[in-house]
Amino acid sequence: MLTETEPHYRQPLLRTPFHERMRAFSQVDSFIPWSGYSTVDVFSTVEQEYFSIRNGASLYDLTPMVKYRITGPDATRFLDRLVTRSVAKLRPGRVAYALWCDDAGRLIDDGTVFRLAEQEYRLCTGERQLDWLLDSSVGFDVRVTEVTAEIAALALQGPCSCWVLKALGLEGIETLAPFEHRAFTLPDRVAAAGTAVMVSRTGFTGDLGYELWVDPGDAERLWDALMEAGRIRTIRPVGSRALNIARIEAGFLLPNVDFVSSAHTLRNGTARSPLELALGWCVDFGKGHFTGRRALLEEQGQPPRRRLAGLDVEGTKPAHNALLYADRNGRREIGSVTSAAWSPTCKRNIALAMVDTPYFETGRQVWADIYLNRELTWERRMVRARVVERPFFAPARRRAVPPGDF
Amino acid sequence: MSASRYDCIVVGAGHNGLTCAAYLARAGRRVLVLEAAERPGGAAATREFAPGYRVSSCAHLLHLMPAWLLEELGLARHGLRMAAERMPTIALSPTGALRIPLDPDSAAQNLGDTDAHALHEYEARMRRLARALRPLLEAVPPRLGSRAWRDRLTLLGLAAKLRLLGRADLRELLRIAGMCVQDLLDEHFESPLLKGALAFDAVLGTNLGPRSPGSVFTLLYRLAAAGGAPASLAQPVGGLGALTEALARAANGAGAELRLGAPVARVIVSEDSAAGVVLESGERLEADCVVSSADPTTTFLRLLGAEHLDAGFVRRVTHLRTEGMTAKLHLALGRMPQFTALAGAVPTGRLVLAPSPGAVERAFNDAKYGKFSAAPLLEIIVPTAVDPGLAPAGQHVLSAVVQYAPYRVAGGWEGQREQFLDTILQTLEAHAPGLRESVRAAELLTPEDIEAEFRISGGNWHHAELALDQFFMVRPVPGAAQYRAPLKGLFLCGA
Repeated sequence: MLTETEPHYRQPLLRTPFHERMRAFSQVDSFIPWSGYSTVDVFSTVEQEYFSIRNGASLYDLTPMVKYRITGPDATRFLDRLVTRSVAKLRPGRVAYALWCDDAGRLIDDGTVFRLAEQEYRLCTGERQLDWLLDSSVGFDVRVTEVTAEIAALALQGPCSCWVLKALGLEGIETLAPFEHRAFTLPDRVAAAGTAVMVSRTGFTGDLGYELWVDPGDAERLWDALMEAGRIRTIRPVGSRALNIARIEAGFLLPNVDFVSSAHTLRNGTARSPLELALGWCVDFGKGHFTGRRALLEEQGQPPRRRLAGLDVEGTKPAHNALLYADRNGRREIGSVTSAAWSPTCKRNIALAMVDTPYFETGRQVWADIYLNRELTWERRMVRARVVERPFFAPARRRAVPPGDF
Repeated sequence: MSASRYDCIVVGAGHNGLTCAAYLARAGRRVLVLEAAERPGGAAATREFAPGYRVSSCAHLLHLMPAWLLEELGLARHGLRMAAERMPTIALSPTGALRIPLDPDSAAQNLGDTDAHALHEYEARMRRLARALRPLLEAVPPRLGSRAWRDRLTLLGLAAKLRLLGRADLRELLRIAGMCVQDLLDEHFESPLLKGALAFDAVLGTNLGPRSPGSVFTLLYRLAAAGGAPASLAQPVGGLGALTEALARAANGAGAELRLGAPVARVIVSEDSAAGVVLESGERLEADCVVSSADPTTTFLRLLGAEHLDAGFVRRVTHLRTEGMTAKLHLALGRMPQFTALAGAVPTGRLVLAPSPGAVERAFNDAKYGKFSAAPLLEIIVPTAVDPGLAPAGQHVLSAVVQYAPYRVAGGWEGQREQFLDTILQTLEAHAPGLRESVRAAELLTPEDIEAEFRISGGNWHHAELALDQFFMVRPVPGAAQYRAPLKGLFLCGA
């Protein structure tokens, strides 16, 4: 938090309520900015952290995620006009992944909508956009408030995450289905007894996992209790870099990496529509009007020009930023890679890419132009890649109710 | 073919709504015009403001209605007669008067030779520029970035007109289009009275002063809309209401139906198309399309509703500048007002009380900071000078457009209306001594009153302020400049 005594330029990044705990755990002191907060890039090594996401239990500080409280008699109608999927169908106690577009049907951002009550929602987004929300609220009886600093949030992800929450005494947590949220109070027998925590079965890893939402005043107590409860499951705080590998395996998009918000693009043709990002399943044309609907309907009637696709790349060198070609000689450029990683779990070299028609069809072969830095000597490899279905990794445990004990 | 009773519902029976209805009906459409008030007319209406005294209650001069349109619709056949045409403008100060255009017989009377010569050159050039800009007003504005032939043709037409101007005029147009009118007038003239009157024309009905950039543009617009002709002002017999009555008869004669006292509550939207309207009474009227002559703010945010529009579009509508700066004064007079500077002549023209550009700018300064002008500017007509039927025998009516009267006056209009009226009467008294004691009744409509009576958001008779940034391809807002709402079946035909 900003302090009274220090001017803001002396303390430019905010600290989350977990900051001291994370600093104590950090071995490499690698902090990066996220939405005005300081967060951890990596604690020790990316590999170690990645494997705690996939093989154990991991804690990730989600507090900088921008959160809005949306209340009022028109809250549902407002959100239905804002986002592309149906919010009216979302029952209290449920969460939905949602996107919103500008008038031209270009993606502004994605995020999650929590329906907390009949007329109360929480919208979580990567970036601040109060101006767009307020513009969208003209004509609706709704109140939009930013509550980012009022709620501390932790992602607890990994096969052992349900086990950890059970150990923490969350009665009935195993019955929480994906995209549900529920309020819990920690029982007397644990250190953080009496702490109220909202748990949603959501996450950015494509694995079994939860997100925990608490009052910032209870944040450290919850952290300590989780670390204690998960000790024999080798629970470990993880940074953004380990999470990034997991989210690529899960096929999730990262703003400013896989797309740039149309609120920020300056050049013609660089903003993306949900249809181009293969998020058409998230667009409900039948629910009534929403911003961008007319533009998207028109786009839908035309043959697609490009689309986001998953790639399985030959070899083991991640195809970071690689240009894609139709032919080995690199004469016909057909797109580029937006995210790439070696997937330790799949043992595949995977990538997300924007690919021109018709090469985005599953099974098509394309060529990736990969640049390798080998001890400061750059080499270029034209590597075969195949368009494959996403997600790359989708374990059954991510959806199992109740999840197994790992 | 749909089962609707009407092809088109036109919202509002003002001159724009009725003209649209008349043309739609002439094209064979089944048209219903819905008017909230008990009489047609909108802002072009005549009404009694004091027992026995009638006046054009908002607009009081026929100015920008193209002559070909009046003829094409046969309004003369429908009873439209003019009490005065080609009315001159007379710039008045307490002691001096100046007729514009100059009277060939008395050209030099009140104007030095240099100014008189300069005025001829200035008017000729402005007319040429205005004519070149005319296609802007008569064409459907082209869509930017469109490849449609119609859009290209409009742009080509405009380009051709501009090219025909020749190098000197085109340069002058580029030079002055964004300029402030004071600088332009200072380049040409000496006479403060002349400059004051021309500056007044540039800022009339706007939120601009003579030193505001863009005030030459509004002047050019005014000239272009008048067809580049000077003195195209006219006063119908029976006031402006006679125009809309004739339009109503023309529309009716062509087959359009007109319902009065039928305020529209909202536009019905079905499958993302406008499909009719619901009246405030709850009655549903279905139609294949809805044409609204209401202002864009009312049409989009109140009648249609933001939920049917994209958020970015709604943002642009909320950013539209719609606040009026002009009040309307009506006086019932026991005798003909005697303007000192007219030396006993009957005021049959349009009198402009704007003694110098400095006076106009000072009057604007007050308004800029939320006050009404301490020394307001007036455009006066005495309709009964040429149309005695508007008042009891021997009595007169004075109608004045008063600038500047901010819509959001500091402290609110309640309680300040009387003060402003007093200020205006003082100004009048200074030009026409004895006028004040002949006043039998007075009515002052502030922009707030105009908003309420004529159902215009902000009380601006242009609906949205006319300015470069709210004009042509971006009027009223980008995305609706082709008179077409983003929603199928909904069209605009307002100011």
